[in-house]
Amino acid sequence: MLSDARNEFSINFVFPFVTKMKRLCLLLLLPVLLFSGCRTIEPVTPSEKTDVGGGDAGDIAGFYLLNEGNMGSNKCTLDYYDYASGIYRKNIYAERNPGVVQELGDVGNDLQIYGKRLYAVVNCSNLVEVMDATTARHIGQVSVPNCRYIVFKDQYAYVSSYAGPVEVDPNYRLGYVAKIDTASLRVVDTCVVGYQPEEMVIKGNKLYVANSGGYRVPDYDNTVSVIDLSSFKETKKIEVAPNLHRMELDAYGKIWVSSRGDYYDIEPMTYIIDTQTDQVIECMELLACSDMTLCGDSLYVYNNAWSYVTQTSDVNYAIVNVKTHQVVTRRFITDGTEAQFQNPYGIAVNPNTREIFVTDARDYITPGKIYCYTPEGRLKWSTNTGDIPSRIAFTHQRLQ
Amino acid sequence: MILTLLLMLMLPASPPDTLALDASVVSAFRQPEKIIPAQTLQGEQLEKLNALSVADAIRYFSGVQIKDYGGIGGLKTINVRSMGTQHVGVFYDGIQLGNAQNGQIDLGKYSLENMESVTLYNGQKSTAVQSAKDYASASAVYLQTRMPVFSGKRRTNLKATLAGGSFSTINPSVLWEQKLGNSVSNSFNAEFLTTSGKYKFTYRKKDGYDTTAVRQNGDVRALRIEEGLFGRIPEGQWRLKFYFYDSERGYPGAFVREEPGKFRHEDRQWDTDFFTQGSFFKKWGDYRLNASFKYAYDYLHYLSDPRLDVSTMYVDNHYRQQEAYLSVAQSYDIFKWWDVDLAADWQFNTLDADLVNFVYPSRNTLLAALSTSLRWPKLKLQGSVLYTFVDDQAREAGAAAESRSVWTPTAVLQFIPFRDKNFSIRAFYKRIFRMPTLNDLYYTFIGNKYLKPEFSTQYDVGLTWDKYWTRGIFKKLNLTVDGYYNVVENKIIATPASNQFQWTMVNLGLVKIRGIDAAVGTALALGPVTADLRATYTYQKAQDFTDPTSPWYGGQIPYIPWHSGSFTAAFSYAGWNLNYSFIYTGERYESVANIPENHAQPWYTSDLSLSHNFPLGKHALCGTLEVNNIFNQQYEVVQCYPMPGTNFRLILSFLL
Repeated sequence: MLSDARNEFSINFVFPFVTKMKRLCLLLLLPVLLFSGCRTIEPVTPSEKTDVGGGDAGDIAGFYLLNEGNMGSNKCTLDYYDYASGIYRKNIYAERNPGVVQELGDVGNDLQIYGKRLYAVVNCSNLVEVMDATTARHIGQVSVPNCRYIVFKDQYAYVSSYAGPVEVDPNYRLGYVAKIDTASLRVVDTCVVGYQPEEMVIKGNKLYVANSGGYRVPDYDNTVSVIDLSSFKETKKIEVAPNLHRMELDAYGKIWVSSRGDYYDIEPMTYIIDTQTDQVIECMELLACSDMTLCGDSLYVYNNAWSYVTQTSDVNYAIVNVKTHQVVTRRFITDGTEAQFQNPYGIAVNPNTREIFVTDARDYITPGKIYCYTPEGRLKWSTNTGDIPSRIAFTHQRLQ
Repeated sequence: MILTLLLMLMLPASPPDTLALDASVVSAFRQPEKIIPAQTLQGEQLEKLNALSVADAIRYFSGVQIKDYGGIGGLKTINVRSMGTQHVGVFYDGIQLGNAQNGQIDLGKYSLENMESVTLYNGQKSTAVQSAKDYASASAVYLQTRMPVFSGKRRTNLKATLAGGSFSTINPSVLWEQKLGNSVSNSFNAEFLTTSGKYKFTYRKKDGYDTTAVRQNGDVRALRIEEGLFGRIPEGQWRLKFYFYDSERGYPGAFVREEPGKFRHEDRQWDTDFFTQGSFFKKWGDYRLNASFKYAYDYLHYLSDPRLDVSTMYVDNHYRQQEAYLSVAQSYDIFKWWDVDLAADWQFNTLDADLVNFVYPSRNTLLAALSTSLRWPKLKLQGSVLYTFVDDQAREAGAAAESRSVWTPTAVLQFIPFRDKNFSIRAFYKRIFRMPTLNDLYYTFIGNKYLKPEFSTQYDVGLTWDKYWTRGIFKKLNLTVDGYYNVVENKIIATPASNQFQWTMVNLGLVKIRGIDAAVGTALALGPVTADLRATYTYQKAQDFTDPTSPWYGGQIPYIPWHSGSFTAAFSYAGWNLNYSFIYTGERYESVANIPENHAQPWYTSDLSLSHNFPLGKHALCGTLEVNNIFNQQYEVVQCYPMPGTNFRLILSFLL
């Protein structure tokens, strides 16, 4: 009787329970099984090759392109274009430097080649990344808080930084230029300049830096600081115009410096400083400049200026002859393909082939594009880059 | 002992449990739910989730993504069915929490300590009498705090709780409920939280770097005080509430490449929020009236000081928001099966900030909702139309956006096709919009006053099946499945103006979302052991159709996984409770460009807790030990914001 009861218990109670439990487990696991996968250790993101077509560029083997990456996303990346093979290779840093923690960093701001080394100024990572120019492999880094741009002379690199000393009122915080010994990769000296210093040029023994004051709206800085490189002291401030940014030094000892205006009433313009007298000699009122690049006597300029008054961006292009100070053309892209640009963000001209490169940052949060134009302004090729493509550095050494 | 069922969906009040004070309390005047079903967590169910804040609990709902910047102090916002945070209304004791500045509610700021229930409605709530605001968002979360209940002849309930654990967290609280006469009672609740916010986390790459660091500057100090008066009148009730919250927290910031230990991130935020709100409800025969008011003052101070962190620029901003709100809602039963509701709300917001060129905006919002519902045994129908009028003012002439008036409809249907009343089919259509926030329109250098409202349209079809057994092991099984299609038009997105530092807001976005929400729950009793199991699953295909020329056209929008789900199991035996919770978020992308660089790994965490009630004569002591993320998974919900690994919490409650 007892065992029968047990059996009955088993049959009526336990077995259905077991089968029900099985069904239930299956039911509950079903969504889990449907899930596309589990975690693995994240692989290093591999580079991506695109064949865009090659060419002969003389002693220029190719160029590196630095993608800023949106702030806080740690997505600064490096691309490389090779003339011999015609391959555009996207995102080469991570796979070549798997041991560098957090890859290239957050918001790349400048890229230059000096000697056999490639220097990337990574703004929000507060450092200058130093790489081998033929392998793009990490050599070292120099910590410079809020670093912006880099120039070189002899044994030293000079990096502009927003992060000057804080005096009594933190609202009035000047920037500085750091002097870095390229052998030891150490900051050996600093020189306080204006507010939020940006691009620099070196002429002879003088370093010129454009002070923007971008954080002091509406009281923008309007000066160019001149530093004597022997004493590494600021010797002069040249008053120019509000919100200065870009700088190019031409073969005639003139510095072309861009003023971004105030985005409301003061229009963006370009000014010319004579390095003999350290004075502004001319204002190119009709030459607004987001970025420019000099090739021979031709200054290639584009402007992508936002106006809060009209809530629109106005994009235009120009080539200026730096000898005559005349605008040669307002159209260096001649096939109409500039209509594809969403946010032109960088410009470079190959000094050997005179090919024009324009980068498009698009919406900043997805990959940008690079466009290559013939000297006549016809589209040769274009391809996807990393996020916010900005600076291009031509190299004589082919990437190994 | 009967345990409340874990994570019951669409079921009303839960049975009483052992801790009288912890019993889920259901208002005597709660109106019968009409048509739209909801997901609810209440009473003990909430306690069993190892959840500290409302945000932690909401993760267990289907169709929901929580954006979590990590740690106790990190911002936590909710996104329902991929329509965006600003389309979710969050209501505290029936009245909406406002943030006219950016439209986001940080759910991490709302404690579960005194929460009676958390409910999520897709579409809108539908009770017999509700404010116009209840109709005014694409989906809504209702946070209902505890109402005092006194068992037997008790006139006082006193509960003291001390919780503490990982990240040097100390979290004491006290609840004092007092009966004041027959029909009025008082509730006082205070909670303090302090935590260092420090936790270890690891970033590693296959055959690459492997680094472990400690999250810095994630400390929080917060004080919350709530004082409530509850009164009953014949065929009605009234409530009055004062809420005060004061906190200081650090911003740990994005974890990006830096020379380790070189720069200390020291930017901080101080919040002081105060609101007082009240409501009055009374029924006269077939007529019901609900009137409510609110006044809120929110103060936020953000400081980034280069004297503390040389790499940052000096920012010292103060924001002050004020809100006044009035609502009158009424409903009338024409017949037993047909009622009509009419509600009118008025809201006034101001924003004050010490920003350059700030226009000091204020906003008047008028809402009127007309709704009717028809109920037959097999079919229930509800239709409503909402009128919204928004008028902004600014201190500077011409700076304010033009006023808007918009009509938006909703239609809801529930159908019981078979004799089994526990099987029902439902469907709803809802079109609603969100106004651009005051930041969207007026934030210096970013705002764009020409913005249009952002519209969402939702189509939903679903079914529910419940089954109960009185004999056998299975006590209950319920199942819900919904399929939906949402379109978000004129989506307000930030777009770069000309460099990293200049962004502006535009009406560019178009997003289409197709999804499935499913939930299954069951309750079992095997001798003295009871078990409650629940699983949810969400599938979402949320595609961006903003720019047809973009190579990423049709890509999955950022941070929305295709697959996500949760599983919870609660077992109880002789005063012991053992709970297990599992959350799964599948692979997703951090950008609409669905490429390897933006790929985010799936993450899944398992939490365990064990609790026991120790009766001490007339008093009781309840102890709970929680272990969260027991497998120490290193993951991030938001790119560059690492989440904590394994962590502990011990909670002791003493009932007087």
